[in-house]
Parts: sequence; C-alpha cells; structure tokens
Amino acid sequence: MNEPATAIEAAVAASPLHPLKDELDIVIPTIRNLDFLEMWRPFLQPYHLIIVQDGDPSKTIKVPNGFDYELYNRNDINRILGPKASCISFKDSACRCFGYMVSKKKYIFTIDDDCFVAKDPSGKAINALEQHIKNLLSPSTPFFFNTLYDPFAEGADFVRGYPFSLREGVSTAVSHGLWLNIPDYDAPTQLVKPLERNTRFVDAVLTIPKGTLFPMCGMNLAFDRQLIGPAMYFGLMGEGQPIGRYDDMWAGWCIKVICDHLGLGVKTGLPYIYHSKASNPFVNLRKEYKGIYWQEDIIPFFQQVVLPKDCTTVQKCYIELAKQVKEKLGKIDPYFDKLADAMVTWIQAWDGLNPTSASFSNGKTG
Amino acid sequence: MSLSIKDHEIDIVIGALRPDLTSFMSEWRPIFSRFHLIIVKDPDLKEELKIPEGFNLDVYKKPDIDCVVGTSTSTIFSGYSCRYFGYLVSRKKYIISVDDDCYPAKDNKGILVDAVAQHITNLTTPATPFFFNTLYDPFTEGADFVRGYPFSLRSGVQCALSCGLWLNLADYDAPTQALKPEERNSRYVDAVLTVPARSLMPISGINIAFNREVIGPALLPSLRLGGEGKFRWETMEDIWSGMCVKVACDHLGLGVKTGMPYVWRNDRGDAIASLRKEWEGVKLMEEVVPFFQSVRLPREATTTEDCVAEVANVVKEQLGSKDPIFARAAKAMVDWVMLWKSVGSSTSSPGA
Repeated sequence: MNEPATAIEAAVAASPLHPLKDELDIVIPTIRNLDFLEMWRPFLQPYHLIIVQDGDPSKTIKVPNGFDYELYNRNDINRILGPKASCISFKDSACRCFGYMVSKKKYIFTIDDDCFVAKDPSGKAINALEQHIKNLLSPSTPFFFNTLYDPFAEGADFVRGYPFSLREGVSTAVSHGLWLNIPDYDAPTQLVKPLERNTRFVDAVLTIPKGTLFPMCGMNLAFDRQLIGPAMYFGLMGEGQPIGRYDDMWAGWCIKVICDHLGLGVKTGLPYIYHSKASNPFVNLRKEYKGIYWQEDIIPFFQQVVLPKDCTTVQKCYIELAKQVKEKLGKIDPYFDKLADAMVTWIQAWDGLNPTSASFSNGKTG
Repeated sequence: MSLSIKDHEIDIVIGALRPDLTSFMSEWRPIFSRFHLIIVKDPDLKEELKIPEGFNLDVYKKPDIDCVVGTSTSTIFSGYSCRYFGYLVSRKKYIISVDDDCYPAKDNKGILVDAVAQHITNLTTPATPFFFNTLYDPFTEGADFVRGYPFSLRSGVQCALSCGLWLNLADYDAPTQALKPEERNSRYVDAVLTVPARSLMPISGINIAFNREVIGPALLPSLRLGGEGKFRWETMEDIWSGMCVKVACDHLGLGVKTGMPYVWRNDRGDAIASLRKEWEGVKLMEEVVPFFQSVRLPREATTTEDCVAEVANVVKEQLGSKDPIFARAAKAMVDWVMLWKSVGSSTSSPGA
C-alpha cells in the first residue's frame, strides 16, 4: 500500500466494463508530460481526455499512444473565449476548469499528473474512476448522518433510527477522493511535518452533511457537470494574482453552498489515488500566504451565505454568490472584486459554450 | 496511549439484560479488569446474575434502585434503560458503556481492539465540529488538518460523546435486518470523525462513551415505546436520548465523535419477530427527526440541565399533542433533571 500500483497490477484489476465511457471526460491540467497515464492505461484508456496545457503554449505535450484526447493550450483558450479568457488562470493548475467548460459530457473526472494508481490493503490496484462513478450514480444522504457511512455501499445500510422518508437520498453532484502517500497539507503543516505520509486506508465513502463546509481538493475529483458544472470555477490564481493553491478550495466552498441550496449531495472518501510528488513547501507558503489569513474571513462568509429562493439554477446561484462576494469580501482586498467579476465572466463564458444548459433547472431548493 | 493517569476517572457501566455474564466478562477481562465497573441488572430480570470473580465492581439490582430513587421511579430503568441508573450513581468523569451481547472486536490486522482506550482517546482529544476535515480525525497519529482548513478552528472543542460501531450484527432496525437476514457488517473503517455541528444522527447506545461531568444529564431514559422489548430492535430510547445529547452539544459548543472503536456484536433475536414491535419506533422517527432538526435552544440555556429542560418544554409544546408517548417523554425528561440534581450531580474531585 506504500507504493503505487504498477501498470501490470492495474491491468490485472481492470474489468472489461467501462461504465459511462461515452458520458464522461477526464480533464487533466499539465505543463510537462503525461507519462503518468501509462500507469492508468487499463482503467482510463477507453475514456476521452481533455488536456489543458498550462504555461508555454509553444511546448509540445507528449500524450502516450492510444489515448483519445483534445488538447488546449493558452492560445486555444484565448482564441475560444476571446476577452472572457481573462477568467481562466495562467501558470496555475486552476486553468483546468477550462476543460470543464469545453466538455460536452455529463460527467467529469479530474486528476493531477503526479497522481498514480494506489493499492488497497489487500494489494489490489484501485480503479479510482470506477469508484467515483459508483459514488456519483448512487444517492447522497446530506440531511441526516448515517453512522455506517454510505448506506448504498455493498454490505452496508441505513442504521436503526434513520427515518425511512430520508432513505431515498438526493442526487450526488460531487465525488471527492483522497490520497495515499503525500497528503494534501498546507505549507505550514508541510514544513512542520515534511516526512509525514498518509498510509491510512479508510474504507468508507460518506456524504458531507448539509450546512457543513469542507476543503475540496482538485487532485482526485469527479462531478456531474450537468448538475453542478457552472459552479466548478477554480478562481483567479497564478500569474498576476496575489494567491495560489486556493483554486479548488474556492470552488469547493461555492459548490457546497450551492449544493446545499439546491438539495444536491457531495460525497468524500474512497477512492484513493497515490500522490507521488510533494511540492516545495517554501514555494507553497508564498502562494498560500494570503489565503491562510483571508480564509478566516472567507469561511464565515460562506457559512453565512443565504441564497434566495428564486435561485433555482446553478448559474443563478453562482451569479448571486458573485454579488455577495463583491459586497462582503470586496472590503478585505481588491482581489475579491476582481474575483467576483471573474465569476460572472465565467458564467457568461460557460453559457456561451453550453447554450442549452442555461435553461437547466433541477427544480429543487433548500 | 498510557491510561495510568486516567484509570480512576473511568467507570464502565453495563446494563445486564441477561443473567449469565460469564462469557461476556471473560472476553472483556483483558480490557476491563483494571477499571471499576458498575453493573445494573434490568429490574424486570428474575434470575440471579452470574458474574465471574476478579473484577472491581458494584452491582445494582432492583432493591438497590428502589432504595435510591423510590419504587415508583425505578420503573424508568426497565430494560436497556437500566444503564442510566449506572450513569446516575457513577461519580467518575468518563463513562463507557457497551451492551451485554457485545464482545471485543479484532481490527484489520487481527489485533484485539481496546475499545476503552479508543473511547478515552476520542474523549480526550479535541473534536472539530465547525468544518469538515477530509482526512478525518486530525489528532490521530499520521494525520493532520488538510490544506484549506482554517487555522482558527484547529484547536477544536472538547469532545463530550464518543459513538463506537459494531462488527457482525450492525445496529440496523428490524425491517432492514429482516430484509437482509444474512447481512453482517464486516467492513472495518479505520477512522474516527467529528459529526459536524447541527448535523443529527442516530446515536446508538450499544457502544458509547461520554464525559459525564460535561454532558451526563443529557443521556436519559425518556422515550419508551408502547411495545418496548428486550432487543435493540424493539427500542428507540437511545436514539431519542442521542438526539437530545447532540442538540445540547451543538448548543454548548461540544463535540461528538463517531467511528472507532468497533465491538463485535453477537447474533441475537429474530428481526422478523421484532418487526411487529418496532414498527411503532420506525413511525415515530418520522416526527422525531424533523422536530429535533428544528429545535433552537435559547442563549440562557448555559448548562446541560438547562438544555434538557428546554428540550423537554419544546417536546411538550410541539409533539405532546401528536402522541401521548411524547408527552410522557417530556415529563420523564423533566423528572430526570430533578433526579440528576438530587442524586447524580456530584463527581469526585480529580485525583481523589
């Protein structure tokens, strides 16, 4: 369990079934190469990839043979979005959300290029995508906590005392996976514990209760694009911005508030991937520095956000959120003004590329 | 984790619903033998208790209960509720309680789980109810708070309640177990996590531990089903009590953890037979859950006793007219607070 699975181990674990093959895109941001896909081949080759190339657009990204993909570099992003490209980060993996916008599929799985196939305690290679799909296709239970975790998992169920009227659950919008080996710590924690590795395999998936926020990591994440896609904006990070490594955090707080409002579920837990690369904690500290103290204001903001009843679509919720960000967080730093504007630009760009989704309403509130 | 400082602060309370505790006590001996035990015999149980030698314990039977609370009151301690008498008379800071059909479990590596040590670890490390940590308990070895977790929330709050889980016979209700008669829980989830503030859950009484000093009065016998029986499938008393505890903890800024430790719960009883009796409980939960989700305690409620009294009030006002069972539960809660104040409200000073 303390090493990633080899390509052969993954091949052994792969099944001939590839659920949602034509309904799911895999979005990968990268600046170097995609060699890591070799390890994932038995699980991921049947799926379509959307590669978002960050950094120097003149560089050629080598994609292993046999994968079906579309690739976008900065020039492509500028060409496709025109002036609206300003909302897509540059020199930061936050640019991946361009991939969400440009996809035409129902589901997205996104993974970092330093994430490999993990092994479960029995030594078997873990098909992370298969687990994400199970999570997304089974209901969530945000209104009442089930002490045996995911009641829809095999061998589990709702416990005594769980009201039957709540056992149908709600649609799952997001599946948040975890990481063995290098855990997703912030810079201060990395500096204090440079050798800590996550070796604990927690065999559970659970729904994050309604009204509870969490830090969403974009390293191993899947979501239903039709249910929540427009809220998966990863913010303004990287070049020209005062902050980094808060892209997925920002998206996570936004989607959770909106999911809670619209009656959608967010799950966390399995699957695990094997995270191989620890980024430089000093570089991270410089990127995160402002975020660490801004989050003290950002969290209470999100905890207190109330979205009006007439926000019945994700886009409406998001625009309203952008408005409140400007009003309430703008005074902390002009960055939040820019971010609020970028949030609106993002929705315009999303609707521009996804015209029919503008009228999507899932009809549920609160 | 060294327990040598804390042994004298712990009582293990066992409600005896079956007379022969020989194998139960023998199996738990390696873990229980250094602690003081309080064994409370179900007042309805006719046979004599059989308890093996070599334990430091106090046994309370019907005459003892009658003596302390009076014969009319002692009826509240019938069945699984007998354990609450143990909570009432204990003078220790921490209480750990498991059902008498539960045995020590083995973890994924085949090692015997010291449920007492794990409960104490849960209770003596902070809980983090205000923001969810995706790596579960950040105070556990090999884990920490993840990126994005606000620093101001990292000191956490005091943990008042630790809810353990069960391998083999999980705590399902009768309909669920009847539908899946062969299903047994074999999934050992290596995690403890804090249940977020304002999230409610079914708190099972089968394997719990709590800080009596801080939350004692909120674990109480009050909701009694008309057909309440001697199998967990035929009760809801712990679920009701657990709702009160969670609401009180959320109001007072205390934490509730769930997850490890596991105990091994033996097969017992017949889910289909219990189905007739438990249907009442299953129906009631449809009212109970939305009710507790809506309860808001006033700022003036600053102690656990205050919280219990307030909840009792609201139960009486909002649920009392829907079903007499709720009116009786509300009265039982008020009576309990008075009983706690007169009998239960002292603990030995630390170090005594």
